[in-house]
Amino acid sequence: MTEAPDATLAVILTVNGERHAIRVEARRTLADALRDNCGLTGTHLGCEHGVCGACTVLMDGEPVRACLLFAVQAQGRAIRTVEGLAEGGELSPLQRAFIDNHALQCGYCTPGFLMLGTAILDRDPDISDEALVDALSSNICRCTGYANIVKAVRAAAAEMREKVPA
Amino acid sequence: MDGLSPRPGEDAPALAAGPGRVVGRPVTRIEDLPLVRGEGLFAADVNFPRQLHMRVVRAEIAHGRIVSVDAEAARAMPGVVAVWTAADVADIPLIPFRATKVRGLEPYCQPVLARDRVRYVGEPVAVVFADDAYRAEDAAETVMVELEELPVVLDAAAPPGEFAPGHDTEPTVVRKEYGDIDAAFRSAHAVVELELSVGRHSGVPLETRGAIARYDAAHDVLELHGTAKKQHWNRDEIARLLGRPPQGVHLFEGHVGGGFGVRGELYPEDLLVCAAALRLRRPVKWIEDRREHLVATNHSRQQSHRIRAAVDAEGRLLGIDDAFFHDQGAYVRTHGARVADLAAGMLPGPYRLPAYRVAGHFRLTNKTPAATYRAPGRYETTFVRERLMDAIAARLGIDPVEIRRRNLVAAAEMPHARPLDALGTDVVLDSGDYEGLLDKALARFGWDAMQQELAARRAAGECVGAGLAFFVEKSGLGPSDGVRVTVDATGAVEVVSGAASVGQGVETALAQICAEALGVDYSRIRVVRGRTDRIEFGNGAHASRVTVMSGSATWQAALAVREMALECAAQLLQLSPAELTIREGVVTRADGLAGPSLTLAEIARGRGPNSPAMRGQTPGLTAERWFWSDHMAYPYGVHLAQIRIDAGTGGVTVERYLVANDIGRAINPMLVEGQIVGGLAQGLGGALLEEFRYDPSGQPLSTTLADYLIPTIAEMPEVDVLIAEDAPSPLNPLGVKGAGEGGTNGAGACIASAVDDALRRPGAITSLPVLPAHLRALLTEAP
Repeated sequence: MTEAPDATLAVILTVNGERHAIRVEARRTLADALRDNCGLTGTHLGCEHGVCGACTVLMDGEPVRACLLFAVQAQGRAIRTVEGLAEGGELSPLQRAFIDNHALQCGYCTPGFLMLGTAILDRDPDISDEALVDALSSNICRCTGYANIVKAVRAAAAEMREKVPA
Repeated sequence: MDGLSPRPGEDAPALAAGPGRVVGRPVTRIEDLPLVRGEGLFAADVNFPRQLHMRVVRAEIAHGRIVSVDAEAARAMPGVVAVWTAADVADIPLIPFRATKVRGLEPYCQPVLARDRVRYVGEPVAVVFADDAYRAEDAAETVMVELEELPVVLDAAAPPGEFAPGHDTEPTVVRKEYGDIDAAFRSAHAVVELELSVGRHSGVPLETRGAIARYDAAHDVLELHGTAKKQHWNRDEIARLLGRPPQGVHLFEGHVGGGFGVRGELYPEDLLVCAAALRLRRPVKWIEDRREHLVATNHSRQQSHRIRAAVDAEGRLLGIDDAFFHDQGAYVRTHGARVADLAAGMLPGPYRLPAYRVAGHFRLTNKTPAATYRAPGRYETTFVRERLMDAIAARLGIDPVEIRRRNLVAAAEMPHARPLDALGTDVVLDSGDYEGLLDKALARFGWDAMQQELAARRAAGECVGAGLAFFVEKSGLGPSDGVRVTVDATGAVEVVSGAASVGQGVETALAQICAEALGVDYSRIRVVRGRTDRIEFGNGAHASRVTVMSGSATWQAALAVREMALECAAQLLQLSPAELTIREGVVTRADGLAGPSLTLAEIARGRGPNSPAMRGQTPGLTAERWFWSDHMAYPYGVHLAQIRIDAGTGGVTVERYLVANDIGRAINPMLVEGQIVGGLAQGLGGALLEEFRYDPSGQPLSTTLADYLIPTIAEMPEVDVLIAEDAPSPLNPLGVKGAGEGGTNGAGACIASAVDDALRRPGAITSLPVLPAHLRALLTEAP
């Protein structure tokens, strides 16, 4: 075994409003940096080639695949992960709706769906059924058969509409 | 009264019919909170200080002789601590099997690293241990494996080849027979014969496998984390194979990202991380990547059948004679010949069958080894049997629903014993009203009205059709499972079970059963599962057994704790136990009148080890009970589908789907429905999308999720679920049957039937999956 010269870069990630000063190789994915360097293991890896969506996080509000980005590309951007959804210990309406509607079984795809769903509802809480199915089809769940995930997103949308003053 | 064993003659009463206080109600799950907060503990989330990362070097051809493995370059790479080949693990025996009575399979078991030959693309050849996962992968890429190619066997129905000198690729033929099969065919009004096949697909959970081993030298304990399904058996075997006593090995289950049969079996990687943790004296972590998963984790399903039925003039079955070829892949893994055995034992399904003969050719091929996947042996044989029923209907000009009615075992014939065995137990259909459920399902789906609608749409040029399939499942495999229920000094209740969870809601179901029996809040019960350090024995989570076996043990143990609490309270309150009940953890008068009360916490404290009243007794407010079962419980149901074929693309759209499933008793209808819809998604995947394909040299072509297609929400139809409780199982105090596999079981058969109907060509579909290119070819052929 030999030792290689230090090939790491200093990167500052802003995740859920918190600064993480880390050192990573240029090739380190955002997902691995979040999980291993920032200790945020709620972001899961299902395929590492951008198909399943389990690793979906929000970057400046847009859903992205954390397995297809390098950590260095996220510098200076606002990252939001599943750990950032609950505020002050209170679950977000979507998190609550996932529990109430049995939208998870094993829970492995759940963080990705929660982040995707959060982005969808942030963008258009009145999204049509057709557009919702189209948007949710970018992630894979192997347990639920999806019906309860749609129900949960709809329920959260309804709750958010009630809360927002007209 | 020590709480450890039942008193002579003690027999727990059965759960009363109808929804209870918490059983039978769609309550939310106690598992969910950490999972929606990103605070779960899946295999990859387990980390220990100073851990090493293991990377597996895998075979890149399907069959070859190992000439040399050169790991010198890898050993010199930064961060690399060790590289092992077969010579380094020659002392670790082949991985054994647990799940079959079939003998003669031992020479076909898999070594942890390939010796002499590689037999499938993906077989582990060497392992690299490094201080960082990226570095381990870098080093693994430099390991040079020189192989001399050997001829491949890819078709299980082709003549057998050589597995090793003296052993061909057909280790066994599973044979079952009863009745006078030859007479049945001699006296038949008609004989219907089909050749049918099911493709190779598998569970493909969203979390890949993982294994993290740590040797705790201070206590001389080897720990394995990231485990699932069968912790106690795996613990015992890991101990045996590595030469340790079982007490010196413990397995831990965190969260499990889907099991479906494939996760939690003992695989080469599990033993490799354990051996490495012992030898290298550092924790060792291995996380499978998706490409590895698709070539390394068990495949399933692939079978081809040549089946014939003898029927009388009314279409009644006189006999079935089936020969099938089971594509086992390159090695016999932990299940032995279980899937072939189950296929042979379960093929007759719900029908009266006077004579039956089956020969299951268990064949090895140069593909990833195969084993169980949700509804193993049933998804395949339901497809085969229901295709046969459709073919009989077409031959005799009888309606497909009517042909099934004429053959279904009647409610009055229950329990119905077949002179057959499956999973080592006699097949005795324990209870059921098959025709009753068929009627309910047809009415709910609007079957008759739909036929007219479909006819009108066909007249307008659409390619639409409907199909059905009846299935019988099996569940509650014994022989035993134990549960310990304990109330601690604060009144908190803990259920310790030998079951495991693969994410299906075990904790909630057991908590509901415990709460119902004991009179406490289900949401505050802690359920421990999948840990060998908390309970000595366990049979795990598979074969739809947990709610039946561990659920029944939970019911009995919680009732025993209840009785213990009531007896203690009765003495203190100077009332008889019969005058008392427990509500929300407080013992009060059963008649509701005001009076003194005691909390379970107070009673537990009174039964502490320092309480003078406990002198001479085993302390604690706790009871352990074991539930035993000799026979399985058989759930059953119907799948109904309405589909449309796009004439341009050959694509199938499932417009509407109903699964009707009698599971005896639904502990939590919301969870049962979740199991059925989720199971259906996997069944539809196998019917329309999923297939592991290989090129002629045995190179796998489905090595990413972009090639191996899993249904997304866009492919899922509107699904209606009819949960029936008309035929509770007489075999357990809860009346339950397993609910995990019925959603999957009939999907392939049902889709094939509906596609035939849409094509207006009975018998057109003879294999799964039904792919667009094939349908386009059928549509463009001259009729």
